[in-house]
Amino acid sequence: MSASTSASAAPSARAAWDDPNRVGHHGHGHGGEATGHGQGGPASKRIITGYGFWIYLLSDIVMFSAFFAAYAVLADATAGGPGARDLFSLTNVAVETGCLLASSFACGMASIAASVRSQLWTQILLLVTGLLGFAFLVLEAREFAQLVVEGAGPTRSAFLTAFFSLVGLHGLHVSAGLLWLGTMMAQIWAKGFRPNMMRRLLCFTLFWHALDIIWVALFTIVYLMGAG
Amino acid sequence: MASDPETPGENLDLAPGDERIGGSGVARGVRGYVIGLVLAAGLTAASFYLAGSRLVWGPGIPVALIVLAIAQMGVHLVFFLHLSTGPDSTNNVLALAFGVLIVALVFVGSVWIMAHLNANMTMTQVMRMQR
Repeated sequence: MSASTSASAAPSARAAWDDPNRVGHHGHGHGGEATGHGQGGPASKRIITGYGFWIYLLSDIVMFSAFFAAYAVLADATAGGPGARDLFSLTNVAVETGCLLASSFACGMASIAASVRSQLWTQILLLVTGLLGFAFLVLEAREFAQLVVEGAGPTRSAFLTAFFSLVGLHGLHVSAGLLWLGTMMAQIWAKGFRPNMMRRLLCFTLFWHALDIIWVALFTIVYLMGAG
Repeated sequence: MASDPETPGENLDLAPGDERIGGSGVARGVRGYVIGLVLAAGLTAASFYLAGSRLVWGPGIPVALIVLAIAQMGVHLVFFLHLSTGPDSTNNVLALAFGVLIVALVFVGSVWIMAHLNANMTMTQVMRMQR
């Protein structure tokens, strides 16, 4: 009896010694939850959904990298037309960047509000997220319209084609995100914080933050390095 | 908490973007986002300031801008997307590493090859293309 007690106590003491970061500690003491580490069965659906959406986001970023490469290669191919230095207003871009960053922050706040099941704050913060995203789109559309009026439309030179494709692709993603956001606000309102709703919200926050990361690369390479 | 498998508790695994919300977790979650927002805003402001200034040696400005952009992406990944070194996000970090490899191959490879093609082009070839 005493031998078996010491035998069962020894492994856990040794585990704490061998494993100071408690990497192997999962799967113990929280009601048999799945951990995804081979202990307690397969990972929960939320983990798997998040991972799958993460893979999609990475593939989206790979697609963006091709557009970035095209822009970087064609940035000097202005065909005698206006170049980046002549066209871009950094003030406009700074306001756009502020809108998108604040929108991303509001989106994170909304995910916290949803995790404590506050319908009112979730809706308010998602609305703020959407309005800031919409302000970004309006500013971008105004910039595009002004460029076309000035005769610097996408058909003017290879540089401008690459510019409109890259920035327009990002704007298209933001538009799709706004549609998704509106749909999801209605769904959360109607159905509450059901597990599948929470998974959709998780995917949306990932999507929105990823768009902000792409915008960081975009304003650096296109606007700052072009106009600087 | 244990009866609701979709609620990320203290001991459960976290998908990217998840919060660790416990009883007093709201303040901690908000603090993480605020730190991220301040860092990101600071790095953005530094980029915009640097682009138009003579603070840095001229040809060094693009390098400085790229460094600031990569730093800001790191801030976004850690504070907004909650990517960490913990066992919970091992799979996500590995996928990200592969994504970064592909992006670097596509972008750097294109720029590198096209720059060499431009440099090796003779004047007669250029004129033949423009005809």
